[in-house]
Amino acid sequence: MMKPSSDPLRLQSHEWDIVIAGGGNAALCAAIEGAEAGAKVLILEAAPEVYRGGNSRHTRNFRCMHHGPLGPLVGTYDEDEFWQDLLRVTKGETDEDLARHCIRMSAECLPWMQAHGVRFQPSLAGTLSLDRTNAFFLGGGKALVNAYYLTAQDLGVTVAYDAQVRHVAIDGKRATHLEVEIAGQRIDIAAKAFVLAAGGFQADLDWLARAWGPAARNFLIRGTPYNRGVVLKDMQDQDAQMVGDPTQCHAVAIDGRAPKYDGGIVTRLDCVPFSIVVNKDAKRFYDEGEDVWPKRYAIWGRLVAAQPDQVAYSIIDSRSIDLFMPSVYPPVAADSIGELAVKLGLPAAELAETVAGFNAACRPGRFHPQELDGVATEGLEPAKTNWARPIAEPPFYAYALRPGVTFTYLGLKVDRTARVSGPDGPYDNIWSAGEMMAGSILGQGYMAGTGMTIGTVFGRIAGQEAAKHVA
Amino acid sequence: MSLDVSLQTDPGAISDDPVIEARRQIEICNACRYCEGFCSVFPAITRDKVFTDGDVTQLANLCHNCRGCYYACQYTAPHEFDLNLPAALAAARVESWERFAWPAGLAHLFQTRGEALAVALVAGCALLFALIAMLPGEGAGFYAWLSHGAMVAIFLPAFLLPLLAIALGLRRYWQEVGGRPVAVADLVAAFGSAARLKNLSGGQGQGCNFEKEDRYSDARRHAHHAVMYGFLLCFAATCVATILHYGFAMKAPYGFWSLPKLLGVPGGVLLVLGCAGMLALRSRADPALGAPGRSSAERAFIWLLGFVGLTGLLLYALRDTWLTGPMLALHLGSVLAFFLLTPYSKMAHGFYRLAALVREAQIVRTSAAADRSEA
Ligand code: SF4
Ligand code: SF4
Repeated sequence: MMKPSSDPLRLQSHEWDIVIAGGGNAALCAAIEGAEAGAKVLILEAAPEVYRGGNSRHTRNFRCMHHGPLGPLVGTYDEDEFWQDLLRVTKGETDEDLARHCIRMSAECLPWMQAHGVRFQPSLAGTLSLDRTNAFFLGGGKALVNAYYLTAQDLGVTVAYDAQVRHVAIDGKRATHLEVEIAGQRIDIAAKAFVLAAGGFQADLDWLARAWGPAARNFLIRGTPYNRGVVLKDMQDQDAQMVGDPTQCHAVAIDGRAPKYDGGIVTRLDCVPFSIVVNKDAKRFYDEGEDVWPKRYAIWGRLVAAQPDQVAYSIIDSRSIDLFMPSVYPPVAADSIGELAVKLGLPAAELAETVAGFNAACRPGRFHPQELDGVATEGLEPAKTNWARPIAEPPFYAYALRPGVTFTYLGLKVDRTARVSGPDGPYDNIWSAGEMMAGSILGQGYMAGTGMTIGTVFGRIAGQEAAKHVA
Repeated sequence: MSLDVSLQTDPGAISDDPVIEARRQIEICNACRYCEGFCSVFPAITRDKVFTDGDVTQLANLCHNCRGCYYACQYTAPHEFDLNLPAALAAARVESWERFAWPAGLAHLFQTRGEALAVALVAGCALLFALIAMLPGEGAGFYAWLSHGAMVAIFLPAFLLPLLAIALGLRRYWQEVGGRPVAVADLVAAFGSAARLKNLSGGQGQGCNFEKEDRYSDARRHAHHAVMYGFLLCFAATCVATILHYGFAMKAPYGFWSLPKLLGVPGGVLLVLGCAGMLALRSRADPALGAPGRSSAERAFIWLLGFVGLTGLLLYALRDTWLTGPMLALHLGSVLAFFLLTPYSKMAHGFYRLAALVREAQIVRTSAAADRSEA
């Protein structure tokens, strides 16, 4: 077993077959495939060892096509159903050929993952609806990342942490070396083939602000602070072919008290359908009961982002506090709406008016939290079309909401072999995988577990193709 | 339907109080749930939304420090949530044993200070040397050094008093976790899990992450099995010998093919090997994931247990030599120290863990029954 080593001089003088920029799921799949084909592989992970694994650390499952039960998955999830689901969430912003290729390849990935150390568990409590489509990792994404690092190291892959790739040096159609900063030292690392799997740019607030406007500085970043898009930007500057809307990111509404970076899954807040949501002027702005929460939380990311100061408040009464998954942050509680307004820093008179107006517009009906119950407001603008029950029984509770950015859509254009294209067609020796090219398939929206599917499928392909190239 | 959200903690408010800190981390886990498949702690967490002190105590005693959830956690330091569930639960757990023990001060002393156990061992042996020197022996074998009557006079109270203390502690435990009257089915389920050390299997038989960081290993499960079954075999040997003595007037020493020896010799070997294995594993494991401030006493306890087994074997091996007397003093002295320290040392964990498993089986059974009657 080769020890992971970050001694820059040793890394520089070594003759590498494949050098991989990035250290998450896609990078690891590429490294394992490359090493199994006999290549000498180096992983350059920008994060320190404790934070290795990019956004894969925060994932929990893998969406997978299958015919009949497979691993933890029940029933059947065939190519067409997967494709239709994808088409729906992306509203057609997807490359059918690439997407179908990815879907088909996903089936054989699950046993491959198991064979390389990943363990699965049955669907988690509260996620039963996914037990046919999504295979959950035992221990979550960090356990998967750990398993792959162990497998990679057992295969002789070298890993350098704190290694930031600054520039991909390209001569015509061939990449010659990477300029890398390790422990403050700038070095050139040459190789025969390169895999770029360094993620999107969602942790670079300046870039987000340029793309989205200054409001983006108030966004929270749900994942790793190390995805700053340096490699992506460098390739864009060298006129590599790009895909995905450069101005867009996937954002969901999360608890406004979440850490600026890396809050992950626990900052999720599921109370919106049972609440009214007001902005800092204590005004409602959208139908909170439009659909069940998992289908709506992405929309709310954008809605909150469009409000003043990019903040909103979800307000419920005591009858609803036990209806959703526990939030990790305690709610702000008060015995009256007026007191709640003071605690939240909202204009009290306006909030009282909004709540009273909402309550007056509620109609009797059979409130049913588990399904679209059709209990709607009447004559209210905007309406609440389900779960419209008066906010009347103290104590009252509130949670602050802010947009939490999950990933960005801009990426490198690749073909079925994961090869990246430059201004004059495909490069000879550059492949890409994971979030860095996912925009080809997920051009809009998001569907649970698909990021890991794209990362695994194209990571493996990139590793295999790069290994073929150097053989 | 309402929920006492005042029990909820701010996830960023790290606390020095073991129960409050464990509650903070449990709440984060409940919002995450990624580790659900590792052990029975997580399914137990997901049954609730807020956690009373008793809930925290129960969860803490369900955890056996396999560490799978630490290496899998995306929120470990330097993340501001600073998750270290194995250590948080271990801290709440040892603190609960110290709270339940009677008298409480003794438990704190013997769970935090390895030297205290060493002193107890030396004292026990010294007492036995003195007794052997002072009292006349009678009969054959080691009774020639210390009479049967003297042994009974020492060990009967030394066995029963600690049992009484343990019973008191368990009663306090049961009250704090809100336990109900125990059904036979709960006992069957709990002993079944304990006998297989089911929860040490990592959820899928891959083992735990005790000594090899993020690699799984079954070494701790095997070593713990050796200690537990070794201890139980030795204990059974003593019980059988007592029955032979009183019920059948068959007195020690027993030959190699007698029941006490057939149980005791393999038991002693297992115990010694298991303790050596546990000590070796502990030396490789990261102390920051265990009970803070307890590692010296926990190590000392394993030494003590291993010493009991080793001196027992030596006593048998050196029978009929002049060394029998000194070996007898060492063996009985260590047994004495071990018995007396049972409620106040790591040995107590076995009892509380069993109680936690019984309570867990009870909750699962009653909530399943409630589900059925609702449906
Ligand atoms: S230990 Fe970490 S990963 Fe596991 S459930 Fe708790 S918060 Fe989630
Ligand atoms: S250390 Fe092991 S037993 Fe304890 S909570 Fe974590 S996974 Fe469960």
